[in-house]
Amino acid sequence: MSDNLFGIHAKTLQVRALRMDVLASNIANAATPNYKARDIDFSKALALAERGQSAESAISYRVPLQPSLDGNTVEMVTEQTAFAENALAYRSSLAFLNGRIGTLSRALKGE
Amino acid sequence: MSMANSLSLFDISGRAMAAQLVRLNTTASNLANAGSVSGSEAGAYRAMKPVFRTIMGEAGTATVAVDQVTQANSTPTKRHDPSHPLADKDGNVWEAAVDSATELVEMVETARQYQNNVQVLSTAKGLISETLRLGQ
Repeated sequence: MSDNLFGIHAKTLQVRALRMDVLASNIANAATPNYKARDIDFSKALALAERGQSAESAISYRVPLQPSLDGNTVEMVTEQTAFAENALAYRSSLAFLNGRIGTLSRALKGE
Repeated sequence: MSMANSLSLFDISGRAMAAQLVRLNTTASNLANAGSVSGSEAGAYRAMKPVFRTIMGEAGTATVAVDQVTQANSTPTKRHDPSHPLADKDGNVWEAAVDSATELVEMVETARQYQNNVQVLSTAKGLISETLRLGQ
């Protein structure tokens, strides 16, 4: 019942939160030699989450535009853009959920 | 590397900030000692550099720690200055092996990366509070 009421947004929030952790890890390791930046294939991770599986296999290494000498593949512009996009998408899901909860509570109150 | 542990976003960015702070302190020490003079080559100050290491967590997460702070492989500059109070019997002194320009660049980069982690934390904090207010 609740899955139908809230659609895929609960799973979406989970995957968005995981992606936020992965991107934060990249930003945290911006100066660590040989660190390889990673990201999540969002649609793949969401499909896995919907089937109740771990999103781990949707994580892969980023291909750097310009590899650095110390083997680190974090490119700050890429990471910051992805982080901002992911945060906005998370917030969108929250807005959808809030809308749905508002509709439901108005219906329950008979407004 | 130990077993994969569970890292929250607060662990990830918080520990990264701590590591960047060590880096900033090292840079400050290097800059403070730039231009200092010693009476022997062995006694001269050599720039220090932190060694960062990735701490792996579960599901693609990772944070960073300072493994150790090492002395950079640089040689102090020998200067012939017999009038210097610290000069050795040949009239030489050694200047600290610190390149101020490199240190300043390092300082700016450290500040930027520290700031990025602060930004990540504050965005995450905002999103978590919004999630808690869901439906209110």
